[in-house]
Amino acid sequence: MTEATRDIPAAAAYVEVARARPRIKLGALARVWNLLSYSPIATVGAAIILFWCVCAIFAPWVAPYPPNKIDSALLAYPYPTSQHWLGVDHLGRDIASRLIWGARTVLIVAPIAVLTAAALGTFLGLLSGYRGGAADAVIMRVGDTLLAFPKIILYLIIIAKFGASAFNIVAVIGVTNAPIIARIVRAVTLDVKNRDYVAAARMRGESPLYIMLVEILPNARGPLIVDLFLRLGYTTIAIGVLGFLGVGLPPPDPDWGGMIKETYGMLFVWPHMTIIPSIAISSLVIGCNFLATGLRESSVDG
Amino acid sequence: MLRYTAKQLANMAITLFAVSFLVFALNELSPGDVARKLLGAYATQSQVDILYKEMGLDRPLIVRYLEYMGNALAGDFGQSLVFRRPVSELLFDRLGNTMILAAISFAVIVPLSMLLGVLAGMRERSLFDRAISVFSSICASIPEFAMGVFLLAIFVVWLGMLPGVSPLRADSGWAVWMQFVLPVLVVTFYDAGYLISMIRSSMVEVMRSAYIRTATLKGMSFRGVVAKHALRNALITPFTVILLQLNYLVSGLVVVETLFAYPGFGRLMLEAALSKDIAVIEAGTLVAVSVTMLTQLFGDLGYMLLDPRIRV
Amino acid sequence: MADVLVFDKVSIDYRGKAGVQRILNDVSFSIPAGGSMGLVGESGCGKSTVALAAMRYLPRGMTVAEGRISVEGRDTAGLSDAELRRVRGNRVAMIYQDPMSSLNPVMTVGEQLMEVPLLHGVTDRAVAFQRAVAMLGEVRLPDAEAMMARYPHQLSGGQQQRVVIAMALMAEPALLIMDEPTTGLDVTIEAAILELVRELRSKFGAAILFISHNLGTVARICDRIGVLYAGRLVETGDIRSVFHRPAHPYTHGLLSALPRIDARGKGARLHPIEGTLAAADRARPGCAFSPRCPHMAPAECVERSVPMVPASPAADHLARCARLEAVRKASQAAWRARPPAEAEVDAPILLDVRHLTKNYELGGRFGGRAKRVVRALSDANFQARAGQTLAIVGESGCGKSTLAKTISGLIPASAGEARLGDADLAQLPVDKRPRDLRRRIQMVFQNPDSTLNPSHSVEFALARPLKVLRGMGSGEAKREVARLMEQVQLPPDLLRRMPHQLSGGQRQRVAIARALAGEPDLVVADEPVSALDVSVQAAILNLLSDLLERSHVGLIVISHDLALVRHMADWVAVMYLGRIVEYGPADAVFRPPYHPYTEALLAAAPKPDPDAGAPTVVLGGAMPSSTQAIVGCPFASRCPRKIGAICDTETPPVRRFGVHSIACHIDLPPPAAGIRSQADAAAPPP
Ligand code: SF4
Ligand code: SF4
Repeated sequence: MTEATRDIPAAAAYVEVARARPRIKLGALARVWNLLSYSPIATVGAAIILFWCVCAIFAPWVAPYPPNKIDSALLAYPYPTSQHWLGVDHLGRDIASRLIWGARTVLIVAPIAVLTAAALGTFLGLLSGYRGGAADAVIMRVGDTLLAFPKIILYLIIIAKFGASAFNIVAVIGVTNAPIIARIVRAVTLDVKNRDYVAAARMRGESPLYIMLVEILPNARGPLIVDLFLRLGYTTIAIGVLGFLGVGLPPPDPDWGGMIKETYGMLFVWPHMTIIPSIAISSLVIGCNFLATGLRESSVDG
Repeated sequence: MLRYTAKQLANMAITLFAVSFLVFALNELSPGDVARKLLGAYATQSQVDILYKEMGLDRPLIVRYLEYMGNALAGDFGQSLVFRRPVSELLFDRLGNTMILAAISFAVIVPLSMLLGVLAGMRERSLFDRAISVFSSICASIPEFAMGVFLLAIFVVWLGMLPGVSPLRADSGWAVWMQFVLPVLVVTFYDAGYLISMIRSSMVEVMRSAYIRTATLKGMSFRGVVAKHALRNALITPFTVILLQLNYLVSGLVVVETLFAYPGFGRLMLEAALSKDIAVIEAGTLVAVSVTMLTQLFGDLGYMLLDPRIRV
Repeated sequence: MADVLVFDKVSIDYRGKAGVQRILNDVSFSIPAGGSMGLVGESGCGKSTVALAAMRYLPRGMTVAEGRISVEGRDTAGLSDAELRRVRGNRVAMIYQDPMSSLNPVMTVGEQLMEVPLLHGVTDRAVAFQRAVAMLGEVRLPDAEAMMARYPHQLSGGQQQRVVIAMALMAEPALLIMDEPTTGLDVTIEAAILELVRELRSKFGAAILFISHNLGTVARICDRIGVLYAGRLVETGDIRSVFHRPAHPYTHGLLSALPRIDARGKGARLHPIEGTLAAADRARPGCAFSPRCPHMAPAECVERSVPMVPASPAADHLARCARLEAVRKASQAAWRARPPAEAEVDAPILLDVRHLTKNYELGGRFGGRAKRVVRALSDANFQARAGQTLAIVGESGCGKSTLAKTISGLIPASAGEARLGDADLAQLPVDKRPRDLRRRIQMVFQNPDSTLNPSHSVEFALARPLKVLRGMGSGEAKREVARLMEQVQLPPDLLRRMPHQLSGGQRQRVAIARALAGEPDLVVADEPVSALDVSVQAAILNLLSDLLERSHVGLIVISHDLALVRHMADWVAVMYLGRIVEYGPADAVFRPPYHPYTEALLAAAPKPDPDAGAPTVVLGGAMPSSTQAIVGCPFASRCPRKIGAICDTETPPVRRFGVHSIACHIDLPPPAAGIRSQADAAAPPP
């Protein structure tokens, strides 16, 4: 996991972006359309994410079989067939169905984790950037310490200590990602708080809370959204890694990382059982990263 | 610069203490476990209690922490409960293995990313640039375990060219150097993907700057401009990040080591965490955090050397 | 081979997402060897594109669609890469705006200078080094050898620009292109750089293409001038013909929109050019200026293309206007000037500032270094009066913005007082001020890009202060917002817009409306128009003076632009290094006796008059850092009239001529013509 180390210059770059050129404000839909028609890479990313979202939302209707239905008879020929498009796994469960239900798990847990991090990080970042002084020093110091932990080891310690559950995973990812988001928000805040419109707000006597939430926060929107998609991708990887290392979401609910772990030993016999979930997880991360790249480019080029 | 280094080292020491105490406290929340674990599931509760006392686990946390740190500073990190060996020995072995993997990977990743990143960023939006951007973005998106699966499927299952496990023993049927190929490849793809896009965007930004225009309009050739004016500026920002990769390469290789059964530091930490081998976790965390902080320090110092604007 | 640079009917297109746009349209001019041509125009007129095109260095997407550009008789389009490199830097060199970013931050000045000869034929590094050192001497940089080893960030802005000039001259080019070379520099530094350019020009004989938005700087450097509008050259000619007998309505507009330092007094109304440059104007088949032109006649101006025609008997004076005769007649009649209003020194005092002081402390807490004190403002004394304008002038770093922020309460004062009625503003940072006091003092900021929150609509920006400061409900606020918009002459349909959809001038109008929303007694305006184009500046200045006159609000305007100050101030305070060195009614300050610094500022200010001649005083050096304790006179290190050691050791006395005061050791003669006797009666107590 290198997420922790990946953010310092990125944050700086985003601030540049935010400063560079505000984009034309249209209706939300028109804006999305604008972006997609402008950036092919964002379009591809959005399409992939949308595909998995549809799978996740309509899992009970799209999935051809119950995800945990075991049928060892199928192991005679576990490869893709017309009944089981993606084949079955080592217990004879339909891989397609498990992927579809697994998408549900990832797409619930990952966004919640990221939003937790965003809420916490935004709050701390605003506070530390706007207040400065001791609050800033303490928040940044604690954040740095948290970031100095190799993230994967931190995950392991905590999950090993408190057990693997969706809640713990959300909490761990939320807390460990918050300092990174806090830095981004802080950088924007430091920049924005010296703008004249903030001075104007102070001169009419607005409260610090109003200034932080109404005058400053909306201007961090651009860099934050880009970062949230990047973080969504990394979180998907993180959840996969935990599953792969055997400390992920508890079975039998399908979890992409877990699917890879369970069938990894069978790679030499039935490679598709491992390869297909690997492709699934990679595709979702690629989707997130493409969308983030596209968003960032479009905000740079105006 | 000296003063800065001293200050950072002091900072580091403080953070290390904080971190070690945190990990110590976290692991000690249910100290009964340790004695239970040592004695096995069939020991009676009274036996557990006696051992618990004998080990001094009933003393206050802070006292035990100070004692632990005292020993640690003297080089004694205690005994591993699982491996039944002194932690320092164990760590030393495993860290050594990981360092080899890290060094090879670093030596591949850094020149490769610099080359591709600079070439791509040099001509923004050229075909090459777009290809590299998409390629690096995809590489950085594929988790290590997925990349491992793909490479294993191709090179081991399908082509049979390389070994699928890397226990670093000569008796496993493959030459030891061949056992490094796949782990290094997996790490390289994942990490270089990120570094390339980093260096590329830094290069793009530099190429847009006014001093590049100045150099071009002096009558310098494009290659001259890139080599003399752009390169050094473009590497300033990524420099720290490049160094920070060392930190990932030392303590972030859990997945790769698990994937290839590589006897390294990451896998040691995984095993320790799963079996609640506290002494190992504690010592390992200290090592990992020190590595992070040292690379950060070196990153900052190098940054100062590269950029005359921030020399102190 | 007479002409160094020839633009022959050049058109340049930009191919972007929005289709093809014509950036330059049918531009023709030529510069003879050793000649100098100025190109003026407002932002977006395409003047920088001309510079880049001359170097064949157009941004991606731009191409020369028609016409020929030749340098020393050779068509640049036909040059091979190697030939092009020989032209660049060697035959044609460029000097840019913002010298800091055009120098490589990680290379020493010396290396960057030596590159030029090394690229153009010199192989011996020692020779290159010698030349570089010699050139640094030519541009009057002290201690050239030491300078060679410095990095750009270790130099001041003026020094950096000298290095860039030296770099350009290294290969003794035939043509120097200067793109806004002094924009962003202080007036005294600007004057020194312009003097240097004039001097070097006669020494090296290079032709100059001088691009600027500032008519004053062009007047000082050039013998010919071209006026660009929407990518078209609308007037060219000898500089005197164009300045004295502007033919095109746009040129006319530019000149009469400009506040003049040599005005006889406050109050002469400026003539702004109505409207703004629109993107569509570039594509207009007829006259691009027609939407804004008061003399427009559809049949002649819009329906067919307008060629360049001779504009006056003077040779080579051309203008692109179909109705020159009509324009000439109309504009002769249009000149009207208000009689200069004299300062009413007895207007009631609104704000009384005594001994106001602000010190910052740097470092110390965490840095481990010794604490340093920045004396941003020392012992300021002045009064602002109801219905009058007090201008605070000085160069960047003189403390004028600190002064504004201290009065507004954005930063706390260290000592002294500032009384507004019963309240002492110096003791009350803004969050401690009661609502009514906050309402009474408001600010207009400098930068139109950051004065409005990009995330909020105009309506939100205007309604909020009404609700907060005047406790209005939504409905009431809405009606009041409409009234404010009318007051600042903005159409109501802008209310829904976001700031980036407005032009700079419109944004500044909204900012003025926002400041007026609370019905303040005192408005502090920090460089309110310095980021705007000339024609827009005039409109905003007129608006401000109208509003103030009508509502009897007091105004404190912070500015570096003496012409502007001359135009609008009743009272002037001149600041240097945190001190007010001269203070008094505008008429007295702009007339001798001067403080030596005021005199230098007046001399340095660029005047849009080709006959103005070289400034009588040019200051050397730069303002010293305000971290050093000042003994003696703050201006002593640069003062051209310094009378001796006493200036370094003793604080200069404040000499009073009625209400006019000057802090200087020179025993100045009293003013030639006295100010009204009432003035003396209102003199502040010593
Ligand atoms: S051509 Fe017509 S519209 Fe254009 S400047 Fe002349 S009079 Fe005005
Ligand atoms: S006191 Fe001396 S140095 Fe200061 S302005 Fe007067 S003459 Fe110049």
